[in-house]
Amino acid sequence: MSSPIVKLVAQRIALGVVLLLAVSVLIFAGTQILPGDVAQAILGQSATPESLANLREQLGLNQPAYIRYLHWLGGVLTGDLGTAMSSGQDIATSIKSRLWNTLFLAFWAAIVAIPLAITLGLIAVRYRNGWVDKLISGVALASTSFPEFFIGYLLVFYFAVQHQWFPAISTVYDEMSFGERMQAIALPAAALTLVVLAHMMRMTRAAILNVMQSAYVETAELKGLSAFAVIRKHAFPNAIAPIINVVMLNLAYLVVGVVVVEVIFVYPGMGQYLVDHVTKRDVPVVQAVGLIFAAVYITLNIIADIAAIVANPRLRHPK
Amino acid sequence: MADGKAKSGLLLDIRNLRIEATVYPPGEAPKTITLVHDVSLTLEKGKVLGLIGESGAGKSTIGLSSMGYGRGGVRITGGEVILNGRDILKGGKEGFRKLRGREVCYVAQSAAAAFNPAHRLMDQVVEASLLHGTATRAEAEKRAVALFKKLSLPNPETIGERFPHQVSGGQLQRVMTAMALCSEPDLIVFDEPTTALDVTTQIDVLAAIKDAIRDTHVAALYITHDLAVVAQVSDEIMVLRHGRLVEWGGTRQIIKEPRQEYTNALVSVHEIEHREQQPGTAPMLSVKNVTAAYGGGHVKVLKNVSVDIFPGQTLAVVGESGSGKSTLARAITGLLPPEQGSVVFDGRTLGNKLSDRPKEDLRQLQMIYQMADVAMNPRQTVGTIIGRPLEFYFGMKGRERDKRVNELLDEIEMGKGFIDRYPAELSGGQKQRVCIARSLAAKPKLIICDEVTSALDPLVANGILKLLLNLQQHEKVAYLFITHDLATVKSIADSIAVMYRGEVVRYGSKSKVLTPPFDAYTDLLLSSVPEMEIGWLEKAISGRRMASAGN
Repeated sequence: MSSPIVKLVAQRIALGVVLLLAVSVLIFAGTQILPGDVAQAILGQSATPESLANLREQLGLNQPAYIRYLHWLGGVLTGDLGTAMSSGQDIATSIKSRLWNTLFLAFWAAIVAIPLAITLGLIAVRYRNGWVDKLISGVALASTSFPEFFIGYLLVFYFAVQHQWFPAISTVYDEMSFGERMQAIALPAAALTLVVLAHMMRMTRAAILNVMQSAYVETAELKGLSAFAVIRKHAFPNAIAPIINVVMLNLAYLVVGVVVVEVIFVYPGMGQYLVDHVTKRDVPVVQAVGLIFAAVYITLNIIADIAAIVANPRLRHPK
Repeated sequence: MADGKAKSGLLLDIRNLRIEATVYPPGEAPKTITLVHDVSLTLEKGKVLGLIGESGAGKSTIGLSSMGYGRGGVRITGGEVILNGRDILKGGKEGFRKLRGREVCYVAQSAAAAFNPAHRLMDQVVEASLLHGTATRAEAEKRAVALFKKLSLPNPETIGERFPHQVSGGQLQRVMTAMALCSEPDLIVFDEPTTALDVTTQIDVLAAIKDAIRDTHVAALYITHDLAVVAQVSDEIMVLRHGRLVEWGGTRQIIKEPRQEYTNALVSVHEIEHREQQPGTAPMLSVKNVTAAYGGGHVKVLKNVSVDIFPGQTLAVVGESGSGKSTLARAITGLLPPEQGSVVFDGRTLGNKLSDRPKEDLRQLQMIYQMADVAMNPRQTVGTIIGRPLEFYFGMKGRERDKRVNELLDEIEMGKGFIDRYPAELSGGQKQRVCIARSLAAKPKLIICDEVTSALDPLVANGILKLLLNLQQHEKVAYLFITHDLATVKSIADSIAVMYRGEVVRYGSKSKVLTPPFDAYTDLLLSSVPEMEIGWLEKAISGRRMASAGN
């Protein structure tokens, strides 16, 4: 790999790290601004001033904010996310299985959604402005326009209640086999696929249409290539950068935006974990989950940036 | 067609070709316009037919019809296109796909845009051969390398591994020719293959194309608007205008004894009489030792440039792309503040930056650009566009302003009916005239003309040049005329500066600059301008070989 790429990639990664640090400051500051503190939350309304002061001393809440921040950040970097107030459990341990569950669901939704969206986009371009194009666009747009919970309940009603092909509640646990697990996540994965499909499909279509006007597309047509070969071989490679960007945005959404779907299907993932602990005002958990979501988001966007750089032949093969 | 086969020499026979398109004018019902009116032509195997005419003449449309291809919504609605003895219009989509890239290949105007930036050159060059199964990959690549050699490309063995952006424009145009030849077609359509190139590059590409055509015995339709270029490569020339045939004949007859008035106008297009004015005593604008750079001083584009412009005279700045011509204009107008040196106007030094200059200085220096249509706000009428400098510099309003706008429209030889039109309703030449009127409205002492005729057809460009010369006599305005076209320079300049890689390599009065002995670069530039002379190309090329052998 040549030097300009290495430099650009290093820049992106460095920027990502800086961004993540900035986000960690924001998350920490945000939770500090909230009225009340951990001590108050633990002791509840019956707390006496003395017991509050004692607990604050014990938890180190009397130290200045920046020291507490550094302490927290140091913990995060060494894998110690703190202890959940509500249950007293180690956050890192409880998050581990849930993060894995969320990634598992997101992965399978992505495996279906991304190739499907890109293929549909290619087909829409091939038959642009015809009825096939309009049908694809219409159905995809309709599926996105429905709220996620509505799609979720529709799926449950049809596939779980009426036909009982899949479970309505997607509880998964460690002892499940792979097949059982897949059956459990089928409905939430389908709901997620329907939610992210249209965005990626429309972007693929728009990005390819954008390069269909190019002179090299005409060159390809004048070589006698079939319409679909022109799109696949000559238009798609030049439209890849914007497509990767939108794919990564949707991947990020599959991880951090699944709250509603996880709640509907009672799926033990990060989203549900977050919602549970927000209602309990469990600040350390909210901080940890927020930071993980930010990290996922930033990482995926860095990957998109890097992929777009690597996809550019001018950067890959400098003069 | 049985008799088509019988005439063994005949490759392409287009009969009464009629091509139409549907246009959608804003605010009106869609209507069908005819682009090509019943044009017929024949082409024998191994011969070259030049198609020539201004834009909108239907040259490319006719050329592409030999592949059954219509750009945009263009449709072939009548006539026959008989290739190798069969009417290809009856073959349908599948038939077109089989002949494209196999029997007929296409060389586009801008190879830089016509190559896919995402694939290596070799993959694109052999693509058609592999698709049609005329060769295995190894055979096709061997053939391609041989063609790269024939077209005198550097490193023919390895150039195919490169990506389009790693190769220069002139080289890409030759690779594109190799791509067309690689599938050994019967016919190649060359669509303005050298128009986008610098004149010094054009001559090499032209010679390479001509040799390749001769050695491979391929027939060609050579489309261009430049009669001098087509005279070098064609056996016959067909002159087209507004989609109709004007004249068709042998190359010698067309350029020496044109029978139609329009052909005659094309042949004698560059002959403008202009007596050179002697430089006065005091220059109006002096560029003194200007050095300018882009990218915070990293890329020096002007190196110690000094030129003078005298009142009411024209300084032409010539050079190929990247020589710093337009950058000089940007430095003079303050758009790119020079790093060193100064610009002196009427005896005082102008502010370096645009923001340092008072309104009065801005008024005195006006600009006209190459692309008239992007230099005007498409949502303003001609009256608003020309009236804007009147309001801005002189505070004119209402009836007084409209009166002046009408006077200006008269000066640019456009009638009063144009004041309420929008730019989209004007032709290319009319748009450039409106831009000229807009710059004149400020009553400047100097107008910088940046390639103002390059995007126009020769006859239209000629009209613009004549207009500029007339206006100079009436208004005593000076021009800084930036161009890459030496014929234009000869028509309009009083003094000339030749630029090469950011430096002025030759500078003086027109007669002095254009009289030998020349420096090496000016000689190269002058000898590269195509002349309307059969055999000029061979003479020019052999002249160069001798020069380089002598060196």
